[in-house]
Order: sequence, then C-alpha cells, then structure tokens
Amino acid sequence: MKAQVRRIKERIYKGIFTFLAFSSLLFLVGITITLFLEGLPTFKEVKFLNFIFGKYWYPTYEPPEFGILPLILGSFWVTAGAVLICVPLGVGSALFINELAGRRLRAILKPLIELLAGIPSIVYGLFGIVIIAPSLQKLLNLPVGLTAFTGSLILGIMATPTVCSISEDALSFVPRSFQEASFAVGANRWQTLTRVVIPASASGISTAIILGMSRAVGETMTVLMVCGGAAVIPRTFFQPVRPMTATIAAEMGETVMGSTHYHSLFAIGLILFLITLGFNIVAELISRRFRLKLGLGR
Amino acid sequence: MFGLLTGALIISLIFSAHVLAAKKAITIKGSTTVLPIAQACAEAFMNKYPDIDISVQGGGSGVGIASIIDGTCDIGDSSRPIKDKEKAKAEEKGVQVYENVVAMDGIAVVVHPSNPVNELTREQIKAIYTGKISNWSEVGEKKGKIVVISRDSASGTFEAFNHLALDKERVRPESLLNASNNAVAMTVASTPGAIGYIGLGYLSPKVKSLKVNGVEPTKENVVNGSYILARKLFMYTKGEPEGIIKQFVDFILSSDGQKLADEAGFVALK
Repeated sequence: MKAQVRRIKERIYKGIFTFLAFSSLLFLVGITITLFLEGLPTFKEVKFLNFIFGKYWYPTYEPPEFGILPLILGSFWVTAGAVLICVPLGVGSALFINELAGRRLRAILKPLIELLAGIPSIVYGLFGIVIIAPSLQKLLNLPVGLTAFTGSLILGIMATPTVCSISEDALSFVPRSFQEASFAVGANRWQTLTRVVIPASASGISTAIILGMSRAVGETMTVLMVCGGAAVIPRTFFQPVRPMTATIAAEMGETVMGSTHYHSLFAIGLILFLITLGFNIVAELISRRFRLKLGLGR
Repeated sequence: MFGLLTGALIISLIFSAHVLAAKKAITIKGSTTVLPIAQACAEAFMNKYPDIDISVQGGGSGVGIASIIDGTCDIGDSSRPIKDKEKAKAEEKGVQVYENVVAMDGIAVVVHPSNPVNELTREQIKAIYTGKISNWSEVGEKKGKIVVISRDSASGTFEAFNHLALDKERVRPESLLNASNNAVAMTVASTPGAIGYIGLGYLSPKVKSLKVNGVEPTKENVVNGSYILARKLFMYTKGEPEGIIKQFVDFILSSDGQKLADEAGFVALK
C-alpha cells in the first residue's frame, strides 16, 4: 500500500516536471504557429519576392508598397557592426579572464561583465540618444547622430557579455593537459594560447559569436531609439537605418488589426524568426562538433 | 466546505450576471486619432457613472462612420468630416448622421532652436518632406542638409500631417522614423539640422515652432481656423445624441472633458 502510494506520487512528480520541461516547447510551437498564421496572409496581397526584395516600405499609402529589403539590410548592417565591436571586446575579455587574470581579478571581472547583460535595453537606448548620438554628431560633423553606427556601437556593448561569458566557458573547457603538453614541448605562453588553446576552443568561440549575433539582430528597443529609422538601403555606417525589429515595434501598436499591413508586420517577424533560428542551428552544430573533437561528446 | 464554495460561486455568478444586465453600454468605434480622447473621457465618465459601460475601439475614421451607418456602434469617431458618398449611403439606409465636434488637432512644425528659419510656407514644408528640397539654404539663411523627421506611418499624427501638409504624397524614404511625439521633440532638440512635426500639446521651449503661411501655431489660431495644419475631430452619432450617449458627449464637451482632450495633446474647443 505504502509503496503503491509512493509510486503514484513519483509518477505525479515525474508528470509535473515533464510538463514543465515541455512547456517552453509548447510556447515555441504556439509562437511559430501564430507567426505563420498571421504572417502568411501577407503573401496573398504581395508576392513573396516583391516583399523580400522590394525597395520601398510604404504600408499605409494608397496604393501601399511592402518592400522590406531596406529593413533586412538595416538589420544586417547594424548586426555586422555590432559583431565587429562585440567580438574583439568579448573574446578579448574572455581570454584575459581565462589566461591572464589572477583568481581574485577573475572573481570580480566575470560577474561585472555579466552584469552588463542585466541592464534593460531601454536604458542603453536612452544612453545612446542622450549621450552617444549627440557626441557622435558633433565629433564627425554628421547631419544627425542617430545612425547605423550608433546602433552597432550600443548593440556591440550589449552583446559583449554573451560573447564573453560563452567564450570564457569554451576556453575553460580546454583540458589542462593540452596546455601542460604544450609547455612541456617548450612552447611559450603566447604560442600555447594561439596554437593550442584558441584552436581547441574555436568552435565554442564561434558559437559565442553567433549567439551574440542573434542577440544583436533581435534587439528591438535600442535600435528603435538610436538607429534613426530611415527605411532606405544603407550605403554607409553613418546614416540612419531602420532594422526589422524597429519597424514591428513602431507600427504594430497603431495598425488596423487584420489589415495587410498588420499581417506584413507578422511576416517580418517570421523572417526574423527564421534568421535567428538559422543562427541558433549553426551555433548548435558547431558546438556539437566542438564537444566531439575534444572527446567531450555524448 | 466544498458545498459552501460551490454555493458562493453560484451566488457570485448570478450576482455578476445581474450587474452585467443592469449596466448600460455605449460602444465607440473609429479613428485612432480620436481614440485617446474617447479613451480618457470614457475612463473618467465610467468612474463618475459606474453603471455605464463604455467600450472604445479603433479601426479608422472610415470604420467609425460605416459603423454608425450600419448601426454597429453608438458613437463613430472620425478625424475627417463625413464624405458625400457616405452621406448618400446613410440616406439610402434612412440613417440621419449627426456631427459632434469634440476637439481640434493642431500640428506644429518644429526645428532646432538655433535654426534662423522662422517660417515656411505649406509648399516648402511639402517640398522638404517629399524630398524636392533637401538643403536649408533653399529656404533661408541656414546652410546644411535638412534632417527630415517623421512619424511611424500608422500613427494618427502622421496621418493628419500627411493629409494636411503633404496632400497624401509619399514622405521621402530617407526621413527618420520616431515612434512618438516626445521622441520627435527630443531628436529635433538635439539635431541642429532637423525638422519635425508634433501635436500642439507637445510644444516645449526645447524646440522652435515655425509659422506656417505666416500664422503662428497657437491654440487660438487653431480654434479660429487661421492656422492651416489643423483639423476638427468628430464623433458621429445616429441622429442628435440622446440619453446616456448625450450624457457622454456633453461630458466630453464640458470643461472636464476638454481638459482631458488637452492633456492627450489635442486642442480644446474652449
């Protein structure tokens, strides 16, 4: 009797935890379905290729035009710029923390960098509008300080903790024996770092960079505030651009529900989702290869 | 215990059904521009008269007027007067559409305080926003590229400006998008070459407002009709408002209601 009760109890607990584990999957499936259901009706009105490669975004005019190429390129430029900033910063600080910093410095630095990730994006946005944009405008004598570069700079700083934290994990995964072997054959610290430690953790660092990228491409509030929001195909880093996320955020609140404009915003979300999904799949594939290569695989 | 709970549940259900049945309801639909006024007034009105339930929905001016004609709402919000076509449709259905002006919407064109330009004509504003003029030297002493700041094209302010100043022509794609009146004011205040437009209620000393066709953008000039970037905002009703609908319209037109309209960034009628 007692054993039976215990078995039932165990089964209930197991059920609860299985449900909890799968509930995030439930949300994922729900969101995906919503994106498709709300996004796909766009293509009844607009041809898919015209949507992706159209150069003009005039959704509320008569006749409307739904071309999101400027928005895709806006996201792309801002993300590319952010990568140029967060990779040296993130990987550099990971190397320093892992290789050079002493135990005490490391105990202070790592949480401090990770704290950057906890700052709300709207605060970064305000910082960008109030401090970075005006100084950039004066410094470079631009007509306006709200540009792709401003967005890249701030997104780069925002993505740094992600890149740093995951790179540092990857570096610390490199077995101590690798380094010892390298020192044993007479390599110095620099040679060990560049020829042994970095190559051994290369796929982990790539994963970090890709996850940093997907953080940057999906960021909304900051880019809405600091990128200027001009829906044109960007030619330089120092002109206003409008990333996809900013478009959705700015227009969703006031569009008419059920209109083509409304559906097209979901379609933008769908494309963004597919891009981020692509990033994450690549990151997962690379990190699997990395585990296998070091004999840490499943 | 269980029986008690069920009993309480049933009683509360009956009670709430009773309350719902006793509540008188007003449905408001239409213009997203008028929506903030309708929303603010509805909240204040429901606080004052808890037995009246007001639901406010958007949809656009066309939807508002169409719903009045179809009888699917009690008040149809619109940021433009009823069109002849809609009037004809109403007559066909035997509906008399009554026009209530509830507030006015005025849009000020603003530049950086350091900008020497003091006034622009409507044609110049249109040329700047559609991209025919792109340097300040073409409209005054100031030199340099004009940074054109616009609103997200789904917003009421954009729709009003596009209608009143641009004759619904396309804003140049290089224009910057800001998601609120305050954001426009902030960007203009920090960008020497910028031009933007904001609701009259959002003017502050941080930006410089321009005369349009020689007329200062003030509330007086909006109400007396001399400032051209302004329009009336309507709430259409089926026939002259009666009963609780009249009560609500009167509340909006009262000093309390007009104060709410003013706070929402519009121009009060009095």
